Formats: sequence, structure tokens, C-alpha cells
Amino acid sequence: MTVSSTSHQQEHGRFITVMKDILARPSGRIGLTLVLFHILLALLSPLIAPYDFKLQNSSLMLSPPSSEHWLGADHLGRDILSRTLMGGREALLVTGIATPLAVIWGGFIGILFGLVGGRVDEVLMRIVDAFLSLPWILKMLVLIVTFGTGIGVLIPTLTFFYGIPVIRVARAATHDIIARDFVWAAKARGHSRISIIWRELLPNVLDTLMVEGAMRWSWMLLAFSSLSFLGFGVSPPTPDWGLMISDARGFMSFAPWGVIAPVIGLSSLIIGINLSADALAKALGIDRAQKAPM
Amino acid sequence: MPQSSFIDIKNLSVGYTSRNGKIIPVLRDVNLSITRGDSIGLVGESGSGKSTLALAAMGYFKRGLHVISGQVQFDGIDMLNIERNALQRLRGGRLALIPQNSGQSLTPNLRIGQQISEALRLHGDLPATSFDVGVIDLLSQVRLPDPVGLTDRYPHELSGGQQQRVAIAMALASNPEALLLDEPTTGLDVTTQAHIMELLRDLAKDRNLAMLYVSHDLGAIARVCNKVMVMYAGETVLTGSAKQVLLSPRHPYAHGLLVSIPRLNEASLPQALDGRPPMPSETITGCAFADRCKLADQTCHKSPPPLNHLETGEAVRCFHHDQIGQLNQKTEKSARSNPTAADKGTALSLANLAVSYSQPGLLSKLFAPQDTPPSTVDRITIDIKKGETLGLVGESGSGKSTILKTIAGMVPAQSGNIILNQAERLDMMVEKRPAAHLRQVQIIFQNPDDSLNPRHTVAQVLAQPLRLYYGLSGTPLRDRSIDILEQVRLGEHYLERLPSQLSGGEKQRVAIARAFAADPEIILCDEVTSALDVSVQAAVLDLLDVLKRQDGTTYIFVSHDLAVVKAISDRVAVLYQGRICEIGPVAAVYSAPFHPYTDALLGAVLEPDPDVAPRLTADDVVELSPPKTGCPFQRRCPRKLGSICETDIPTAQEIAPGHVIHCHIPQLDL
Repeated sequence: MTVSSTSHQQEHGRFITVMKDILARPSGRIGLTLVLFHILLALLSPLIAPYDFKLQNSSLMLSPPSSEHWLGADHLGRDILSRTLMGGREALLVTGIATPLAVIWGGFIGILFGLVGGRVDEVLMRIVDAFLSLPWILKMLVLIVTFGTGIGVLIPTLTFFYGIPVIRVARAATHDIIARDFVWAAKARGHSRISIIWRELLPNVLDTLMVEGAMRWSWMLLAFSSLSFLGFGVSPPTPDWGLMISDARGFMSFAPWGVIAPVIGLSSLIIGINLSADALAKALGIDRAQKAPM
Repeated sequence: MPQSSFIDIKNLSVGYTSRNGKIIPVLRDVNLSITRGDSIGLVGESGSGKSTLALAAMGYFKRGLHVISGQVQFDGIDMLNIERNALQRLRGGRLALIPQNSGQSLTPNLRIGQQISEALRLHGDLPATSFDVGVIDLLSQVRLPDPVGLTDRYPHELSGGQQQRVAIAMALASNPEALLLDEPTTGLDVTTQAHIMELLRDLAKDRNLAMLYVSHDLGAIARVCNKVMVMYAGETVLTGSAKQVLLSPRHPYAHGLLVSIPRLNEASLPQALDGRPPMPSETITGCAFADRCKLADQTCHKSPPPLNHLETGEAVRCFHHDQIGQLNQKTEKSARSNPTAADKGTALSLANLAVSYSQPGLLSKLFAPQDTPPSTVDRITIDIKKGETLGLVGESGSGKSTILKTIAGMVPAQSGNIILNQAERLDMMVEKRPAAHLRQVQIIFQNPDDSLNPRHTVAQVLAQPLRLYYGLSGTPLRDRSIDILEQVRLGEHYLERLPSQLSGGEKQRVAIARAFAADPEIILCDEVTSALDVSVQAAVLDLLDVLKRQDGTTYIFVSHDLAVVKAISDRVAVLYQGRICEIGPVAAVYSAPFHPYTDALLGAVLEPDPDVAPRLTADDVVELSPPKTGCPFQRRCPRKLGSICETDIPTAQEIAPGHVIHCHIPQLDL
């Protein structure tokens, strides 16, 4: 047995305890169930959707829920249930790829800034602050208008913009760790900077990054849906919650089912992610509210 | 007893509910009564329940703890079933707490005067118009200099000792009848601590207070308490007068604690108390101390001993309390290894080393080039022989840790040289040093909680130097790790543990193992025992000594504890404000003639003996930067000669071969 395999066992053991802790909390149980439900739905929806999401039926235009069309039909006579079931696929795919990428690059840069410190860190952080002070939608629209829409543009764009706030968080977490003696000890032994980041800092910042990643995921979903709502995300006829809400909002006064279904889809996923993130933070012991004095 | 007890704790058991629903006791059936004018010291290792008991006297329990059974009464008031508002009026009113780290208990953005008048407003009976007078009166009662000027200052402008005095003043604002002190001087310098102890002693006498003093420091307890209660694993094991407990303890645990304290009047290493106290969750069938006790027999392991009340007024929980005398014969003092007489050459030379933290900006360099502040550390010239242990002592701010960091290459030297093995220069920062030099100098830090990565197993901790310096991996790495662990008296089964699964002493052993894994020439020890319990401290000192004997390693041992330094060092340098005051063989430094600063330090050491009073020569003012010219100690020196001390750097007077005192006072008068 080598040293690395023992460390894997430790990590493995920790993963199980953390999962158990998450599942022991109501927020964790509800949150994880919601998230898993949505992921499962996104994978299986092409098989279980009752109708073709593209199929237009002019006789059904804006028809209310019925026994054939449980959630009614939209303004083009398409089945809302089928479209809602499939409306999360694109969003989950894009954010599911962009979130980890954003956490990885933002986390790495943040740890590096924290380690380097000094004037370089100060200057770079002011640039980050300047970036964060601009409204996110403006920045994103500029890029999307320049490079066009589609997954190939959306994933890098979301990855880039959502990595920037991660820099702040990772840097702050690194600052907490960097002053501790074990980092000094590693420096005094003469370890390289990469080794210090990889072995000393990352394992201790990882918990914060995971919670941050979960929170970023829900924000990113909201951003993606907002872009679709504005017509910059998914192109029709692909079903998407943001796009569906945008399409149906004109008829909200007499056909509210067109809005309600995608709203429930989107909000249940976001609530699920937030609840899971909350439980994860508590399970990892980095929940600030718990540390408050009585 | 003639007086009725003022604080009365009866048969108190406190515990928490574990995850699987079991109630786990932290305090078991504890009785404690304090009358006015009494001051009781609560002693025990960390985790013995002493703080829990002290807080219980206020009716306060940490989150998760609850009372299983028993009563807590304060002047006849039932503290466990009292209305919330009434309890709030009592706490901080008739019953005041002085916590550890009082600097943190002061609000950073309020001036001292405002904070104390708030305490007066909440609990005192003074009219609002006389708050100002009241504040100044309180500040002078705790003997703070310039009380009027102090009211306008913020907490961060005061030194640790002054902050502690302000906290005491705030506690006194309500005219309390009882005072609870939870390690109030831990983390303060020896001289400051001694002054605060004298203050507390006088306050307790003048105000006829009932005092409960929690500390692991038996020296402090000996100074302020007239009675002592020793706790072990949540139980009272011994109570008695301070003299009875500290001079002739009737319980083997108390005996073990007392012999594990390094003392100034002994040259040998203290006797370690092996093992560790049981965790609260462990089931104990017999005596809780039986596993660590040299007197334990079959009965001790089988049935729990009752608390015997002796005719002398003591109460002791031991079957063999009449056999304590045997322990003294069984304990043979482990003589410290002598430095090898043969001169093996110099391991490390510090030549006129200076370190400065201030970095003058461009503007100040241009316009006021002379106005640079004096260096933090200056004129350090020491040759350390191979296999020698050099102790560096001094108060906080004396530059001892800075010197270590400079040797380790973590702080740049301003000028001067560091020379390894008489040839290789170590002046550059750690990033630029060649790997061979890095391996030869290792450092052990004060707090193992901080110096071990909480996410690394012991195996990973030890793998770091072994991989870096020797390129080991796989089975050779594991074999070597086990080998090193066994040297620090830990076994193979520790490899997969995380720091959180180790006790304080075990953690420090792992940190020591990590330093020795590099097989270094020099080990820098930065207050390595000050975060540990005394019993563990003795074991760690012993381990360091054994390892040194095996490997011929050179130590530079930094500590604020003069007795610890005396126990482990061959040679001692006394530092003040980054300058050497006195240096020489340990026996010479710890006996006359003294540098006035050495004298002040030694006089302030509190011995765990109620009959010995400290001698306070210098006052405890903390200086933030060294004087620009002259002797570093000029501003606090009780024997200052005159202007010569302010203008001229004191000459090095060689009292005996190798014993040098930097002072203007002629050798014969020192």
C-alpha cells in the first residue's frame, strides 16, 4: 500500500461522511432530490415527453390544460408539458459545463493572487473589482453580440464572467490559510510555488470553492435563462424555460399556464441547488451563521 | 466552616448528548464551595473540565452542554432555575468574569473611557455625572499609568498587559462580590504576568472577594490562591490548601503535574507524566487516572475510588494517597545529555546580524534619510557549536522569533551574515537557497494545530520532506515514515490519521518527526512547548533531548519560559528589543552576576510554591520599538546609571569565559 492510496481512502471516507451529513439535513434531502430529479428529467425527457416539442397544432392555440395536454398548449399550439420537460436540457448542459470550468479557473487565479500577495495582488484585484462593478448582463451582451449566440459562445462567456467572482472568494480563503504555520513550514522547506498551491492551499480552499461553485451554478442558471428570455440564448424552436416565459408572457392574463410551467421548472431547480449548497456548507463546517456567538 | 459559602456547587454533573443519543458527562459529581475572602485555584490538563466548572458557577454552559444533575447556588440564589433577566443582572454585576485574551473582549472601536463607563452605567450605582471620576478611579485601582490620558485611547493602542488591566477594571466597575478568572494571564509576558498577579492578590484582599481562578499555570495559582482543587477527567481528584496541594500533593496525578514543571532551581529535565487523560466518551470502570498511575494496582482498575476527606482538611480521590512518598523514590530525574566536550566546530555563525521590518518609502528616503527607525534586531553575533542547544529568551517583541525566521530565510536580513558550517552563507531568502542548505535547517513551530495542514494525514505530512529532499516514494517512503514515527514514540498506526484525530502532544511529535525527517544539522524550535500542557511539555522536552543525543543535532530553542530554557539549553542568550543583553553557559546566566534585565525576568518567574514571592524590579511597560541610541533596556532599567545609558552602546563585559554581559555597570557591581 502506498502513501497516495491511503490518502485516497481518507478522502473517500470524508466524502461519505459529508454526504451522510448532507442527507441528514432536510435542506440537503429536499435540495439533492430536486437537483437529481432535474438531471434525470433532462436525460430522459426525449423518451418520456408525450408529444414532439416542435409539433404545432393551430387548433390547440393557447388551449387550457386538458386530459390530452395536461399543461395546455402555447400560442403556436405546442404541448407545454413536453416543452417544459425538455426546457431544462440546454440550460443544464451549458451551466453544467461552465460552472466547474469557472470554479477551476477562478479558483486557481484567486489562490495564485492570494499566494503572490503584495502590490501585484492589489493592482490585479482592483481590475477584478472594476470588472465586477459593471452590470453582468451588459458585459455578456457585448460578447454575445460580437461573437454570436450558440453553445460555443455561451459556455466560454459564462465561464469567464462567473469565474471572476470566484477569484475574490478563492483569494480571501487563501489569505486565511496563507498566514498559517504549515504554509510557512512548506516555504521554509523550500517547496515550489506550484507544490504549495497544490498540496497546502488547494485542499484547504477546496471546501469554500465547492460551496461557491454550487452557488455560482444557480446564479448561472438564472443568467442563462435571462439571456434566453432576451433572445440571446437558445434559438427557437429548441425549448427553453427562459424563452418559453418570454414567449408566453404576452398572453399571461388569459393563458397563465404558458408561464407557470416553465417558472416552476426553473425555480424548483434553482431552489434545489441553493438548498443543496446550503446543506453542503453546513456539512463542511464553513457555514458562517453557525459560528456566530450565542 | 465559620462562614457560609458564597458560591456553592453541589454534586454537579454536566454533559452533552452524543450523536447516537448517549449522554456523555464532562463534569461528574463535582462539589465546590467558595466563601468570601477565599480564592480557589482550579487546576488540570486541558479537557479536565475546569473551565466548564468555572462557567457553571455563573450559570453558563457552552452550547450543547446541559446539566445532568446537581445544584449551583450563588449567595443562596439558585443559578440553574433563575429568571433570565435576573441572571443577566447578576452576571457582570455581583459576579464578574475575566476571560483569557481580554484584548479580544474589548470593543475595538470604543475608547477605553466609553467602555468602562458603559460597564458603570449597566451595573454600577453611580449617578451619570460622576462616571468620568469613576472611570479614572477604576483605572488607577488597576494601577494603570496616566489614567486620565488613557480614557481617550483605543484598545489597540494598549499593550496586552494594559488591556488585561482594563478588562479587570471593567469587571470591577460593578463592585462584584465574586470574580471568576479563566486563564487571565496566559499569553502575557513573565514580568506582566507577575505584576497582574500582585494586583489580583491585593484586589481580592482589599475587596474581600470570592475568587475562582482557572489556570494550568501552577505558579500563578500559588501566588493568588489559598486553596486549590485539582481536576482530572471531569472529577475532583484533590482539594486542599495551596500549601498542601502544591508542596506535598496527596494524589499521584497532582504529584505528576508538579514534577513535570521545569523549575529554575533544577538543572535537569522535568519528569514527564506519560499517557493522556481519557476522552469524555470513554467508559471508565475504575479510577480514571489508573492507566497513567505508577501506584495503580488491581483495585484501581476495577472500582472507582471515593473522594476521601482527610483529617487535614484535604479531600483526595485515591486508594493509595498514603503511598505518595514512594513516587519520589521511583522517579529518578532524567539527567540532561551533556554537550559533547570535544569541540566539533561551529554549526552556525550569526555575525553582526540586523533585521528591520520597516521599509522606508521613496519619499522618506529622499527627504529624511537619517530618520529611519532603529532595526528590530541588531548586533546579533553568536557562534553556535555543533550539537549545542542555544536558548533564546526574552519577552514578546524581543526579536527572538525574528532571528529564527531570518535564519530560516523567511525574513530578509538587513545586514550581517549567517554562516552555516563555517563555509556556506545563508544570507539569502529561502527561495534562493540551494536544496542542500534548505535540508540542513528545519523549523518546529509553536502551535501544532497551525503548523500541520489539517487536510494532510500523518503519512502525507512526513512524505513532504522525504519526497522533497530524498525523492522517496512507494515502499521506501512508507518504511522511512514508520521509522521516523517510531523515533518520536508514535507507531505505524498513526500514519493514516489526520491532525484532528491526534492530541496536542501527538501533533507536536508529528511536527518534530517532520523536522527530523530531513535529517537536519540545525533545528529551530520556536516556542515549541508553550501551546502544550505541562505534563505533555515535559515529554516533548525529553523527546527533543533524546533525539539530539542520537543525531547530534544543533538546536536553537526560543521560549519566553525561563525555566524551560534552563532545562533544555547548554547556552542561553537573553534578548531585549532585538539586542543581546547577556549570553553565556546556562549555569552562569541563571546565577549572579546578572544583567539588570535578566535579573528582572528571573525575579518575575512565578514558582509553584506559595512561600516564594516574586521580586519585581522593572515595571511592565511594553515598548514598541528599541531606543535609537544607547542601551536597549535604558527606559525600563531599575539600575540605570545616567545619560551614558542613553547615548552609548554598552560594552561587552566578559565575566567568565563565554559569559558576556552588555551593560555599563561595572562588572563587580552587577
